[in-house]
Amino acid sequence: MSDKVTKTLLFSASLIVLIVAAGIVFSLVGGSVPAFKEFGIKFIFSNVWDPTDGRENYGALPFIAGTLITSVLALVICIPLAFSTSLFIAEYFRNTKISNVLSSLVDLLAGIPSIVYGLWGFYTLRPLIVSLGLSDQGFGIFTSSLILAIMIIPYATSLSTEIIAMVPAELKEAAYSLGATRMEVIFNVIIPNAQSGIMASYILAFGRALGETMAVTMLIGNSNMVPSGLFDTGNTMASIIANQFGEASGLKLSALIAIGLILFAITGIVNAIGKYLIRRFA
Amino acid sequence: MIQFKLTIMKNLIIYVAILALIVSCNSGDNKAGSGNKNISITAAGATFPMPYYNLAFKKYSKDTGVQLSYGSIGSGGGIRSLTDKVVDFGATDAYLSDNELAAMPAEIVHIPTCLGAVVIAYNLPGVENLKMTSELLENIFMGTVTKWNDPKIKSVNEGLELPDMNITVVYRSDGSGTTYIFSDYMSKVSTMWNEKVGTGKSLNWPVGLGGKGNPGVAGTISQSVGSIGYIGSEYAFAQKINYASVQNSSGNFINPDIKTVSSAAKTEIPADTRVMATNSSAPDAYPISGFTWIIIYKEQSYGGRTEATAQEIIKFLDWLTGPDGQSIAESVNYASLPAEVSSVAKSIIRSITFEGKPVLE
Repeated sequence: MSDKVTKTLLFSASLIVLIVAAGIVFSLVGGSVPAFKEFGIKFIFSNVWDPTDGRENYGALPFIAGTLITSVLALVICIPLAFSTSLFIAEYFRNTKISNVLSSLVDLLAGIPSIVYGLWGFYTLRPLIVSLGLSDQGFGIFTSSLILAIMIIPYATSLSTEIIAMVPAELKEAAYSLGATRMEVIFNVIIPNAQSGIMASYILAFGRALGETMAVTMLIGNSNMVPSGLFDTGNTMASIIANQFGEASGLKLSALIAIGLILFAITGIVNAIGKYLIRRFA
Repeated sequence: MIQFKLTIMKNLIIYVAILALIVSCNSGDNKAGSGNKNISITAAGATFPMPYYNLAFKKYSKDTGVQLSYGSIGSGGGIRSLTDKVVDFGATDAYLSDNELAAMPAEIVHIPTCLGAVVIAYNLPGVENLKMTSELLENIFMGTVTKWNDPKIKSVNEGLELPDMNITVVYRSDGSGTTYIFSDYMSKVSTMWNEKVGTGKSLNWPVGLGGKGNPGVAGTISQSVGSIGYIGSEYAFAQKINYASVQNSSGNFINPDIKTVSSAAKTEIPADTRVMATNSSAPDAYPISGFTWIIIYKEQSYGGRTEATAQEIIKFLDWLTGPDGQSIAESVNYASLPAEVSSVAKSIIRSITFEGKPVLE
């Protein structure tokens, strides 16, 4: 009897998740129909964003480019930091006080609200970039990528730390007994054994970077053009939606929802690639 | 030591007692004007007049017991909410076009409640009283003038030490009535602007970078030397931000304040008040000024509402556009309606009906 109840409960709970997900897809697709009807597939590849009445013309390319560039750059900056941190915690200083402190600190990073990252970037990081002479006002792709990189470190670190810690001690001991150095153990035993899990944690971090809104809005410069360089300003999909949804109506509203749909699709594709990679290397 | 702790305890108890007293007094006050307690009015719309509406709504609630609430969800949201009839009235910074009016489910009226302006804020240490002409604004915001020591800026601002520095243009990244008023002014004074950029709540900007909301733009300007941008006057006045005087259509350089902004309304006002007060012909008017409106259905008998509710709504609007409401507007740095506009507003309020009969005589 109680077995049946549990089963029904679990089933209906997962059904709710399914219904919500389906509802999101349904309303995103429904809302974006007018935009795709008006601009067709060109919507994805056009870099014009002109909301002026009478000559409305929308293209999502600047935002797709901004999102992908900042997220990839953030991941590139994040990986060396996150990888060394997880090795530090799970291998070199395993089960010591210092690694406990460090891993709690990293987890703490995940709990900081993104507005705080944004403000820190605005008041501390941005003036630093100006004083280094990298750009006139410090806003842009590079600044947002740096902040994003710091924000996603906990996601990339936590999971890979667990996975690295789970590599069987027998394997490592066997390698050591054959005369391997610590470096060789890391690259020949730990990484091959943990790579699918490590990959999964980086994909999780990348997904987080794709959707981040507040901190990026404050630092990217919000200019609706495809960025021409690392220190140029730009905009991302999440940021344009957050900025313009409040006052949008008609075709513009539909264009914003269509951008939401594209973001949804990109996140889906990234996850699918992630799953494929995990399976291949597992 | 113990003595010291005791003193602290004593003080604490006194503070708590005083606090409790204040709180109880306050709640007593609230009860005073009740009688209409079961009537609640909801409104939503523009963020630009939010500080004014919040204060006025609170004051009116306290005095009369009518429950009022305002959601600052943006002008577009206000229009949507009124269309869906989920609010009693909406608020917008841009009047509805003929097409938008036709798309509403029933006839609506516009009631101007106050005026606001858009100030040109800049960050140049040591440079005070910067002057701007419409031509300079066009050049700077379209990116044809990119240095602060450009001869064009110098010729308007003789005697000012302008640095050899790049100009960073800062605009609103979110859709906003502030942008609408600014771009409406620019379209009126510059044909190039009208052709290339146009009027709207958000624009396709040729140069510069965006900040979110007035605080975002103001923060970016205050943090970046050499920047220039536009900010809602209600925010700029309250924050004491450095701003430029702008040459109006009579050739006078006008500093924005609540008097010069109010003067902008001294133009021909159509009976439905659907007019942008930008580039006013009044000689003492600050040119980048505009009305903000409340929009409401002309026939109040819909969706099962009672005549009593309709009456309370109209009474409130009458109060808001009257001297009491307008003085609150000035206390939070909005310009009050000049007498002529106020009387137009009053006659519009009196044209609102319930089952065909005027609600207010």
